[in-house]
Amino acid sequence: MQRSIVNSYELRNDFPIFRKKINGKDLVYLDNASTTQKPYTVIESITDFYSNYNSNIHRAVYQLAEEATKMYEQSREKIANFINVRPEEIIFTRNTTESINLIAHSWARLNLKKDDGVAITEIEHHSNIVPWQILSQEIGTRLEYVGIDENGFVDLEHMIELISSKKIKLVSLSHMSNVLGTIVPIERIIRIAHENGIPVIVDGAQSVPHMPVNVKNMDCDFLVFSAHKMLGPTGVGVLYAKKEHLEKMKPFLGGGDMIKEVFKFHTDYNEVPYKFEAGTPNIADVVGFGAAIEYLEKIGMENIRKHEIYLTDYALESMLSLKHVTIYGPRDPKARGGVISFNIADIHPHDLATIMNDHGIAIRSGHHCAQVLMQRLDVPATSRASFYIYNTKEEIDSFVNAIKEAGRIFKI
Amino acid sequence: MSDDIYREIILDHYRNPRNKGKLENADVTIHDSNPLCGDEIDIHLKVDGGVISDVKFEGKGCAISQASASMLTELVMGKDLSIVKDLKKEDILENIGLTNLGPARIKCALLSLKVLKVGMVKYYSENDPESAEHIKSESSLY
Repeated sequence: MQRSIVNSYELRNDFPIFRKKINGKDLVYLDNASTTQKPYTVIESITDFYSNYNSNIHRAVYQLAEEATKMYEQSREKIANFINVRPEEIIFTRNTTESINLIAHSWARLNLKKDDGVAITEIEHHSNIVPWQILSQEIGTRLEYVGIDENGFVDLEHMIELISSKKIKLVSLSHMSNVLGTIVPIERIIRIAHENGIPVIVDGAQSVPHMPVNVKNMDCDFLVFSAHKMLGPTGVGVLYAKKEHLEKMKPFLGGGDMIKEVFKFHTDYNEVPYKFEAGTPNIADVVGFGAAIEYLEKIGMENIRKHEIYLTDYALESMLSLKHVTIYGPRDPKARGGVISFNIADIHPHDLATIMNDHGIAIRSGHHCAQVLMQRLDVPATSRASFYIYNTKEEIDSFVNAIKEAGRIFKI
Repeated sequence: MSDDIYREIILDHYRNPRNKGKLENADVTIHDSNPLCGDEIDIHLKVDGGVISDVKFEGKGCAISQASASMLTELVMGKDLSIVKDLKKEDILENIGLTNLGPARIKCALLSLKVLKVGMVKYYSENDPESAEHIKSESSLY
């Protein structure tokens, strides 16, 4: 049995939402792969910003604006430090989806041409599929899928074959599956790609919130993730890109703040990262994201990872002791994140989620924005439970009991 | 609560759907899905002299969507096609005996009616264009 050193019982007190009752029961929130709950420190930092510092950044010279600018830029520094990169390599976007679209727009349209291959895998979230389909339709690039096995592990031989065919010019893949939890051996893939001169985008939406991610070691060209999946507010995403790429990339949106000087018919753009942050950004939520990073660092990403291995191991063991349960993804809790997709006999995931809700348990049901993977697994939908620092062993017991209850209601 | 939703009759129609399958020589076949949950329904209609002489459905999805489709086929079989325009949300929820569904699950219950209404309009457009406009304007979505 794995052990955890995160005291989730104590941590829960930092999250106001856990005082809420659902159908008279304590909220058991197991939809963390979708979005996470917010601690007081994050909520208060946003209130504090609006109460004491609210003003626009980067332009005005009065004290308030200077303070606001400082807070915004301090968040950038915290995030840069968190993944071990330079602050000027961090671009704030709205979310992971926008970050990938920014790359497709500003990097890919400049560097790719007709018939160039973009390699992704079948585990990708729609946000790492649709932008490349759009690109194919617009400039004629070819989308290639690297095969996976039934546990979501990338077929490395197929990948190497594709890469060495010289047709692939960009690799974009998820670090951790949002459905199967499978952790992709990203360093190895990046090494292989780089040996062939191919840049790599890493979708860290599921990995960055749940495990230590060190970009210097990983050496990816781009890393994208979202604040709201790691205790931060919605509406803030991150694009990390190597400075050499950022300096060459075209702007994404044109307008205020991304300019150095505007003339009647042309514009000199601002330096990075500001060149990619047109218009007034989501200042207060970026500040809130900084507070979330501080909270996570206090606990320690290694400890968070251990806590989730512990919960995942316990949940898998409990679920496998039940009849009629199909679990997707690897059995080894160290090979996966705290995301468990499953089905119970012929109970449709939506029906299971409705029954779970009676018990105050929030799980996700459906295709999880990964319909290509669903087609590959040949299932129309799955139920998904996903964990975070505040989840406890007792909550998993409630969840497993609710599965039994669903079996009773559905007479299986 | 769930015990009230997943009653014997819902589970029975979910596991033993009536009028399920393809309909050879259908006059109209319509497909729709609920992108939120991935529920899918196809409805095949055979119409003779304005009467639904046969109806079958295919689909996959939750117990509510599939049971509701099964019960809907029983409700309209042998009826005048034009009555479909008068069917409302409340009729369907009453037909399946679930009047307490939340907003997300109501969509599951109503998917088959939505498909059937589109099918009705399609049939009239193809076979009786004069009535089609009138039917369309008279028919509320739910």
